Amino acid sequence: MKLHPMIAALRKHKAGVVLIALQIALTLAIVCNAIFIIGQRVERVGRPTGLDEGNLFVVSQQWVGAPSADTPDGVAKLDAMLKEDLATLRSLPGVASAAPINSLSLLNSTWAGALSTKPGTNFTDRGSNVRTAYYFTDEQVLPTLGLRLVAGRNFNAADVQNHGFREQFTYPVVIVTQALADKLYPKGDAVGKTIYVDGSSSPSTIVGVVARMQTPAVGWGDNFAWHATLVPVRLDANFTRVAVRAKPGQLEAAMKATAPALYQVNRLRVLDDDSVRPFTDIRAKAYRADVGMAVLMGVICLILIGVTAAGIVGLTSFWVGQRHRQIGVRRALGARRIDILHYFQMENLLIAGAGAVIGIVMAVGLNMWLMSRYEMDRLPVFYALIGVVAVLALGQCAVFVPARRASNVPPVVATRAA
Amino acid sequence: MFGYYLDLAVRSLKRSPGLTALMVLAIGFGVAASMTSWSVFRAVSGDPIPWKSSKLFVPQIDNWGPQGRDAGAEPPNAMSYADATTLMRDHRAKRQSAMYQISPSIVPADASKHPINVSGHAVFGEFFPMLETPFLYGSGWSAADDANRAQVAVISGKLNQKLFGGVDSVGQNLSIEGGSYRVVGVLDDWNPQPRFYDVVNSGGFDSGSEDVFVPFLTAIQAGIPNDGNTNCNATPKESGFVGLQHSECVWIAYMAELDDAAAAKTYRDYLQGYAREQQQAGRFSWAPNNRLRNLPDWLDNQHVVPSDTKVSLLVALGLLLVCLVNTIGLLLAKFLRRSAEIGVRRALGAPRAAIYMQFLTEAGIVGAAGGVLGLLLTCTGVASVGWVMPKDIADLARLDVSLLVLTMLVAVVATMLAGLYPTYRASRVQPAWQLKSN
Repeated sequence: MKLHPMIAALRKHKAGVVLIALQIALTLAIVCNAIFIIGQRVERVGRPTGLDEGNLFVVSQQWVGAPSADTPDGVAKLDAMLKEDLATLRSLPGVASAAPINSLSLLNSTWAGALSTKPGTNFTDRGSNVRTAYYFTDEQVLPTLGLRLVAGRNFNAADVQNHGFREQFTYPVVIVTQALADKLYPKGDAVGKTIYVDGSSSPSTIVGVVARMQTPAVGWGDNFAWHATLVPVRLDANFTRVAVRAKPGQLEAAMKATAPALYQVNRLRVLDDDSVRPFTDIRAKAYRADVGMAVLMGVICLILIGVTAAGIVGLTSFWVGQRHRQIGVRRALGARRIDILHYFQMENLLIAGAGAVIGIVMAVGLNMWLMSRYEMDRLPVFYALIGVVAVLALGQCAVFVPARRASNVPPVVATRAA
Repeated sequence: MFGYYLDLAVRSLKRSPGLTALMVLAIGFGVAASMTSWSVFRAVSGDPIPWKSSKLFVPQIDNWGPQGRDAGAEPPNAMSYADATTLMRDHRAKRQSAMYQISPSIVPADASKHPINVSGHAVFGEFFPMLETPFLYGSGWSAADDANRAQVAVISGKLNQKLFGGVDSVGQNLSIEGGSYRVVGVLDDWNPQPRFYDVVNSGGFDSGSEDVFVPFLTAIQAGIPNDGNTNCNATPKESGFVGLQHSECVWIAYMAELDDAAAAKTYRDYLQGYAREQQQAGRFSWAPNNRLRNLPDWLDNQHVVPSDTKVSLLVALGLLLVCLVNTIGLLLAKFLRRSAEIGVRRALGAPRAAIYMQFLTEAGIVGAAGGVLGLLLTCTGVASVGWVMPKDIADLARLDVSLLVLTMLVAVVATMLAGLYPTYRASRVQPAWQLKSN
């Protein structure tokens, strides 16, 4: 098929051609960026925390009229209360194990700090320090959270200390995540090595490495999401948090039994609707905004594609109507139906192709503008190419109906007056 | 004549129902998507206290020095205890309050009920007149109460309902964190969004309510711990809550009321002098690096409007633009299809203006129909933002008359603008050529 007569014909419909091309270009620019946003969010939401999330729930509660955590006497009392709670939870029929912990992956309440391989550094200096989030917990943490130990050993009961939550204390032993271990000791020999926490000069020994564990911070903490440090310390405060693993299939029952059992131990505490939460709930809340954004972008993309397809159908139908007689003439001169069909398909491919070229430029421009203002990442070429293929396919699908109608114009039309 | 054009337009639209439906659908969806995201954007970017926001200021003092600064030499976004209490003692603004977030437990007088946990802030007495909080009963507390560390409290209407059944509870006692506090005021419905007096801790928007306010110094003395963020550039030297107060950790929000530019200038000079004093005393080893922003600038600086909200609005506006380009194309097809009719009208003496009138009326009708569809879809959209946006933000998006009027207006005006070019082309139709070819 020769393109020359086609282009000559398009010159007669400059406005329509420009409008379709512009619409395709804008659609491509927006859809590329929207799909890129969707891809990023889906990837974020799909990240595994490293925890065995099923059957896991969290109990967060507050003591009423509790002794101050700032005095040794108060700390001792608070610790006794926490241990009593732990014993109660561990003895519940549906519970497999439980561990005290100050926060949990995706929970957003973060105790952040920095680790260094050298003593006495200034811990705000990013060069010699690696950012981390601490989890203060006990020796039951690995089975409770389902963390996988890849090197070294778990904590044992003798490692576990207790301190008031605002007390200054040292961390003789820690377990770190693989990502953090690799950052501190890139040779992969972190177990047994010494690190220094928060610019301190007292050494901590890495006794174990777990495969993966996400930090609590979602959003602002994304740049150290996999740098978790586990510290065998029960923190004593006027609030407590315990991670609990229910026996398989008994999550509901174990959660239901929790509040009554704890009230029975001590009535003077605040346990409200939010106090006993399954981990699935924590995950859903943490990523709600991301899922929502992905859904929103998806809906907008669908509307956009629908509108553009409708526009192509509308304008092409108009052209088919306008050229009714010419089509008849061509048919009478020997053009087959398939030739007419191909003509309109080719014409659409030309216009859509031109639109796609402009659209790529606009997509990149929009992406750069979003990057400069709203912390977006660079649009990968892959997405742009997918977008191009998508709009070309969209054009072909949309043009098919009017093009087929054109191909059905009988040759006899040529002999009739317009 | 307008009635005639209306009639013509309706006839013409009826003649090609498919094309008309396409245009109406495109405009309806485009307008509804834009208006729904606009309702969210409007809600989160609104001024929480428009009559006063330019007089409310947030001071920042750089007590960490160059090592603790992020890009842009920005000082910490909260204050240390030492700086906050000195600024309160110096009392240089018309009104001011240091504050920190608390989350105390309250034991109901009714022994059969379980204790509850509430959120609130420890503030100074001037907090209430400065932010013009509405009182249902009683009032805030006095400067003397602040100084004497009085055990008084202001509670929300919601908590009053829960604990006292909604009656005037002023003078009643309340057990907060084990201490007995006398209720001096009950707030009327007051939950400004963004929670502008402490955006660092609320992240701007919080669907929870603030139920209890106690005097700052009383809370410090009673050891009610800070429930908000604590940021440290070094580990505190001493343990406990007292250790935190003696440290350079930042955890206190601060707001000052300054009536005019001159007052702001004086306050800025005062902050400068204070930082220089600290430098001379050896506490700061760097030049003063303070900030004093008014509320709108502060909300902007703290990125209170989530970037997702802005991006959604932009993408939705992009969608509207595509819908309009689409409408231009379809209207063009529709109008030019009637070239013969235009030719006849022109030949019979209709001026170009009449053609303009006729076709813009038609575009307007398409816009109005799209607007009606857009209204329905906007209602659906606003009702369902809760599915796609975080609760704290989705709750703020409201449907009101101004939004509905705007929806209709955008639909009609945008469609008529889109109809301009097709109408221009229609008015250029050569009557003679049309008549001849037929």
